[in-house]
Amino acid sequence: MSSRLLRLIRRLRSFFRVTEQDRDLDAEMSAHLELAIEENLQRGLSQDEARRQALIHFGGSQQAKENHREARSLPLLETLLQDFRFALRMLRRSPGFALLAIFCLTLGIGANAAVFSWMEGLLFRPYPMVANQERLVALTGSTKADRTGLSWPDFLDLQRNCKLFDAFFVSKITGTTLSIGDRAQVVTGSIVSANYFNTLGIHPILGRAFDPEEDVGRSAHPVTVISYQLWKERFGGDPQIIGKTQRMDGVIHTIIGVAPEGFYGTFVGWAMKFWVPASMEDTFEAGGYKLEDRGERWIESYGRLKAGVTLEQAQQEVSAVAKRLDADYPATNRGHGIQLWPLWQTPFNNAGNLLPTLETMLVVVVFVLLIACANVGNLLLVRSFARRHEITVRVAVGAGRKRLLQQLLIEGLVLSAIGAIGGLLIARWCSHLLVLLLPVRNGNAMHLPGEMDWRVMALSIAVCLLATLLFALVPAIQTSKIDLAGTLRSEMAGVARGRGKSWVRSTLVVVQVSLCFILLVGAGLLLESLQKIRSDSPGFSTDGVLVTAVNLVASGYDAEHAKSFQEELIDRIQALPGVESVAFARQTPLGYGTFSSAPIAVEGYQPAPDEQPSADYNQVGPGYFATVGIPLVSGREFTRSDNETAAPVAIINETLAARYWPGKNPVGERLQAKGKWMQIVGIAKTSKYYSMREQPKPFFYVPRRQDFSISGALTIRTRLRPEIFAAAMSRELKAMDQNLALYEVISLQEQVDRSTSAQKVAVTLTGTLGGLALVLAAIGLYGVMSYTVSQSTRELGLRMALGANSSGLFRLVISRGLVLTISGIFLGAALAVGLTRLLGYLLYKVSPYDLRAFGYAFLVLTLVSLIACFLPAWRATRVDPIVALRYE
Amino acid sequence: MSESKLDLLQGTLDLMVLQTLAAMGTLHGYGIARRIEQVSGNEVLLNQGTIYASLVRLQQRGWISAEWGTSTNNRKAKFYSITKRGRKQLSQDAAYWQRLSEVMGRVLALPEGSGDK
Repeated sequence: MSSRLLRLIRRLRSFFRVTEQDRDLDAEMSAHLELAIEENLQRGLSQDEARRQALIHFGGSQQAKENHREARSLPLLETLLQDFRFALRMLRRSPGFALLAIFCLTLGIGANAAVFSWMEGLLFRPYPMVANQERLVALTGSTKADRTGLSWPDFLDLQRNCKLFDAFFVSKITGTTLSIGDRAQVVTGSIVSANYFNTLGIHPILGRAFDPEEDVGRSAHPVTVISYQLWKERFGGDPQIIGKTQRMDGVIHTIIGVAPEGFYGTFVGWAMKFWVPASMEDTFEAGGYKLEDRGERWIESYGRLKAGVTLEQAQQEVSAVAKRLDADYPATNRGHGIQLWPLWQTPFNNAGNLLPTLETMLVVVVFVLLIACANVGNLLLVRSFARRHEITVRVAVGAGRKRLLQQLLIEGLVLSAIGAIGGLLIARWCSHLLVLLLPVRNGNAMHLPGEMDWRVMALSIAVCLLATLLFALVPAIQTSKIDLAGTLRSEMAGVARGRGKSWVRSTLVVVQVSLCFILLVGAGLLLESLQKIRSDSPGFSTDGVLVTAVNLVASGYDAEHAKSFQEELIDRIQALPGVESVAFARQTPLGYGTFSSAPIAVEGYQPAPDEQPSADYNQVGPGYFATVGIPLVSGREFTRSDNETAAPVAIINETLAARYWPGKNPVGERLQAKGKWMQIVGIAKTSKYYSMREQPKPFFYVPRRQDFSISGALTIRTRLRPEIFAAAMSRELKAMDQNLALYEVISLQEQVDRSTSAQKVAVTLTGTLGGLALVLAAIGLYGVMSYTVSQSTRELGLRMALGANSSGLFRLVISRGLVLTISGIFLGAALAVGLTRLLGYLLYKVSPYDLRAFGYAFLVLTLVSLIACFLPAWRATRVDPIVALRYE
Repeated sequence: MSESKLDLLQGTLDLMVLQTLAAMGTLHGYGIARRIEQVSGNEVLLNQGTIYASLVRLQQRGWISAEWGTSTNNRKAKFYSITKRGRKQLSQDAAYWQRLSEVMGRVLALPEGSGDK
């Protein structure tokens, strides 16, 4: 073993010291000759004869040197280098071919690397700088029907009772408005448990992380750690920043730390700018102080498993805790479980959103790569016919099959290596592409970076090698069947042999077309879904309604001031020309925030033992339903007289009505939420609340004045364009309070569109890649058809000589192309029927077997293949029979 | 003159070189080549140059070692000698050749047509 190694080392050494060894050998050889001559002289030969005899006996000195070199060096490495140089020479000699092949491979590998980098950066290791991400899991609460957050007391119980976890931590996204001059800057931040930074292994570059006691007490610890970016941008990188203060949501916070550069928090989709401890929940979250309420399931949290613990084991432990809580606290925990999710399925950030899209993309890019490989394979094949003579001669002079295969593989490797470099560059360039497809909110772009770490690189290189094997093997199969005698005897290129060998190329085209068809069907289905989802009625009017917000909390208004301010603001806006109506609401439908949620009781309704009726609700001002355009099917709107002093009232939606008062009109009945009985005064049509995909949800509305919170959104019914209205409203705001700033003004339609942006990303990406695949497949088809035509010149000439007219020949070529296309389409359709179901979640009211999508894909592909065949077919009609028959 | 000379089988030259060095001690390339020619009674078709490939091969395997030195008549030449591992290898290979040539001898000694009976 070691002697082998030693030999290898010696050989490697001598491989790189060629000249020195050659000089040594030269010296040895001349010594040899001198010794021989001397001996010959002693035997009495003449000087000349002695020299002649010595040379004869020595034999060919060049050959000896060659043998020596071969014996001492690594033959494999040397031939590899030879083949490598040869491959480069061949590529330089046909730059058109090389460029086309490299183009195809760059696209194929680039698309793969880009998707890998997104998956790595968004799903598998989404949190830069965080230690042991592979052991992180996300936690949510679960009921039979729904997914919820966790309550703080339940979270503490998990921390105390679970042995299989290193730690649990909370990271609940929140936001605040920092005013910079007259511009309000909305920044995203997290409410976190005090152990957050220590658990993640993140050490502030200035100041400190949170202390354990900062978790405790209602708004008792107004301290914050800010991000590096915020520190640089807003505070100019002030080295004395620690101890300075910043007003956030009306409370002066002391800055205690600056997070290191490159740490963006733990929320896929947004870069966090600040962190506050859980005790500040009351300040940042609507709905009051929740740290002591087991029924308030507001937190988003993660756990880190101990090394070697599986998700299943951890789930069992967590479920056991949930079961104990269910028994100990039936009032709040009846029927509530706790569920663990792998990081890439995290349901409360954009990971869960992007997962189906990225999974689909992974399949799509593999298809694109296969199509690209088929193209390159075809190109190599055509070229290997052009090089048939060269290869045959090489076989004839004794090149081994292995050596030929090696050379073909090396040529392929050179191509794909260049393609891989290009592809990785593309992927790098694409790593921030996803963000461009997603909406900017309040001037903040999302944070969705791809990650090009060594895993992505390694995977891309593996894909590249696999691709090389795939496409380089195609001509290799062909070459290994070279019929020496036949090829050397005649260079005849005719129909018979053309047919015999063209099946490989035809198969490749059929495969390409079928893959392309599947992609087109997928893109068509997604496009239809997007159209459906965007044209579907959300249950309110999206036309002529604007939404915006004014952040009074950040400017330090208390509830009383806020009330009078908002009333005056409503009056001023109402008076603006072009405004039909305006209303406040705590949340707007399909917006970014979450609605309040509470357990409810219904008068005269006895819930089942394991049933805990609850519903989401919104606090809306007078005229909300008219402004947003939600029809009331019965009863009345809220008015200004539904205020703090009036009797509590509520408006419920039809779904809630149908569930608890089946067959009855519940107007006048009573509903209880948060310990308060309310009389139902109206029934509204069920609309969409969180997402266009949701099932009808039970939902109710209460008058804003009867459940007041300072923050809120404005809804305005107007024909004015958003920017015109924004300008007018800014003037009104300034007139009332110089310090106030307006959030962005967008139409409700825009808000709905934003809520379906994952859909849009999927459509854009599949559409783009589908188009790319179409181009690649068209190139493949064109290549094969024009090669077939050029190789069957003789046949075409013969047909012409026998009386075929040019339109007949045109049809002949076109129909050959179409046969390939149609076969591909049928194969593709058969596969697509099995595959489109995988789109599942991304489809919206569209069947995976939707005939229109299949039909369009069929039409597009047929049309494109006609175009691809047109030029070769036209060329076929130009064949001159005389020339063609003399061709050979 | 060369019609009846023996072509060297693959690997035989290496063995001859080893044996020569084992028998003669330290020799330079020319000396080894001459020695083989003499011992074989000029029956071997040997281009003397080919022995250098064999020498480098044996050297890389660690079976012989080489050193520049001066010949008896004061010429600079590279001298080779067999190593301990080379001797071990030689005894193995020699045994193998003995057996092979015995078997070959027996097989070739079969009279023609003897299989028919």
